[in-house]
Amino acid sequence: MARFIASRLVSLILSLVVASVAIFVVIELVPGDPAGFMLGLNATPEAIAALRAEMGLTDGPLARYLTWTGGMLTGDFGTSYTYKVPVADLVAARLWVSLPLTAYALALSTLIAVPVGLLAASRRGRPADFAVMGATQLGIAVPNFWFAMLLVLVFAITWRVFPSGGFPGWEDGLWPGLRALTLPAVALALPQASILARVMRSALIETLGQDYIRTARAKGLSQGQSVRRHALRNALIPVMTILGLQFSFLLAGAIIIENVFFLPGLGRLIFQGITQRDLIVVESVVMLLVFAVILVTFLVDVAYALVDPRLRRA
Amino acid sequence: MRWPLSLIVGLALSGVFAAAALVSFVWTPWPVEGISVASRLQTPSLSHWLGTDHLGRDILSMIMVGARTSIAVAVVAVGVGMVLGVPLGLLAAAVRGSWLDDLVMRGNDLIFAFPSLVIAILITAVFGPSAVNAILAIGIFNTPVFARVTRGAALSLWTLDYVRAARVAGKGRARISAEHVLPNIANLLIVQGTIQFSLGILAEAALSYVGLGAQPPLPSWGRMLADSQTMISFAPHLAVFPGLAIVLTVLGLNLMGDGLRDLLDPRLRRAR
Repeated sequence: MARFIASRLVSLILSLVVASVAIFVVIELVPGDPAGFMLGLNATPEAIAALRAEMGLTDGPLARYLTWTGGMLTGDFGTSYTYKVPVADLVAARLWVSLPLTAYALALSTLIAVPVGLLAASRRGRPADFAVMGATQLGIAVPNFWFAMLLVLVFAITWRVFPSGGFPGWEDGLWPGLRALTLPAVALALPQASILARVMRSALIETLGQDYIRTARAKGLSQGQSVRRHALRNALIPVMTILGLQFSFLLAGAIIIENVFFLPGLGRLIFQGITQRDLIVVESVVMLLVFAVILVTFLVDVAYALVDPRLRRA
Repeated sequence: MRWPLSLIVGLALSGVFAAAALVSFVWTPWPVEGISVASRLQTPSLSHWLGTDHLGRDILSMIMVGARTSIAVAVVAVGVGMVLGVPLGLLAAAVRGSWLDDLVMRGNDLIFAFPSLVIAILITAVFGPSAVNAILAIGIFNTPVFARVTRGAALSLWTLDYVRAARVAGKGRARISAEHVLPNIANLLIVQGTIQFSLGILAEAALSYVGLGAQPPLPSWGRMLADSQTMISFAPHLAVFPGLAIVLTVLGLNLMGDGLRDLLDPRLRRAR
């Protein structure tokens, strides 16, 4: 197990290095130079020269890469050019929106998908199964930002049960914040729940075909008992992997959804960075998101190996 | 053999949108750039079947022309993914177990681990929003998918007797890959291509919704939705129809993919 974790750790670090180089190179490839790009066409040469010095662009690429990554390791993400505050502070404030949103959506998706997948698998080939398969087929095809707009139309404009956007902060208590995050979380969760329900269904159907289930049935357990005691636990392994993968989709999806609902999360920070040409913010926040995704992939790999010893050898 | 129902429905749905895109080159109900303030924000009627937008443009015409953008971006992105991914997968399978195979597969895992939309946003933000950059951004993330599918399928073919016979006959690895392996995994690649196609349509819609895809005056479904957002309370039809176009196209492609898989690989169907 220690060897497995060590080998996963090595690939985690390698991934991070390659990812940071890739992001750095993309930003380096900005037409012209970053300082000119950020200040726009009307900037005076003096202003550009001053910003170049401020951003450390007078150093070579290698030195700048090392300063950037070294800074990130110690929690220094650079200083935002537009806000004149450390990027780390901006990120910390936005995380209080983005993380709860992702967690809320992940919880909703699991709460919907597991029972639905269970229902479809245990009623395989019957109307309930067809209904689930049809509904999930549709759920996969719906773009989450469009679904978000429809939710706003119905629940914020027609019925006025949830706000159509914005975020009140957590200072006023849990409920106003949760209320503001409910429609975005539902919009994010629906397509993911569709995928998850399908994975749950096929995993369970496969497990139910195993010999040990037949043995359990032969020993006198009912279908329901054998599902609860034996099949469910084994079927949850693939579901767990998909959940880990979905974290990355939810994070990326949250970027779009935050823009639909004007939520002050990391996604909006990236877009504000892009429109204000604040490359320091864009570069660091993108790297942070990539880090989060790679870290979750690593944790899922380890969790998977904990549950299923056969995978430790891989 | 009888065609599966999902294939028929899927073909019909995607066919409608492909046809709409093609027809839009020669004919649309109204000119797409026909701005007419007098007929703005009309609800669906006999003259404007799906209504008009805030500039009086015909929604149906815009959806037809938007289909072009969506389909073109997704098709080329799948093409990019295939052209890069399939040879990589074939190579990895041909030299399986070697350091080269390892390198290709680790590189794949790496791209796979990236949150693709985030990187697509980064690419289009830095190089400027355009349809071409959207294609590149989506295409890059298609590459590992095709490489993985190709390698997986090719590996099992390499153990078969007729491939061994070809080796004994003195054919090189490259020739075997091209003449014996590739034709036998074509089915699988078509099915995967259909799925990636539908994901490409969704990705294009998301990118152009946030303003990083096709730029005006090129109509696109994602931007129609973005434009409609501020008007959703008094003109919901502006948001409903382009969204439905996306859903139906993606649904059609997904059903087509499922149907094709059933048709091309009967073993899978029995197992399900």
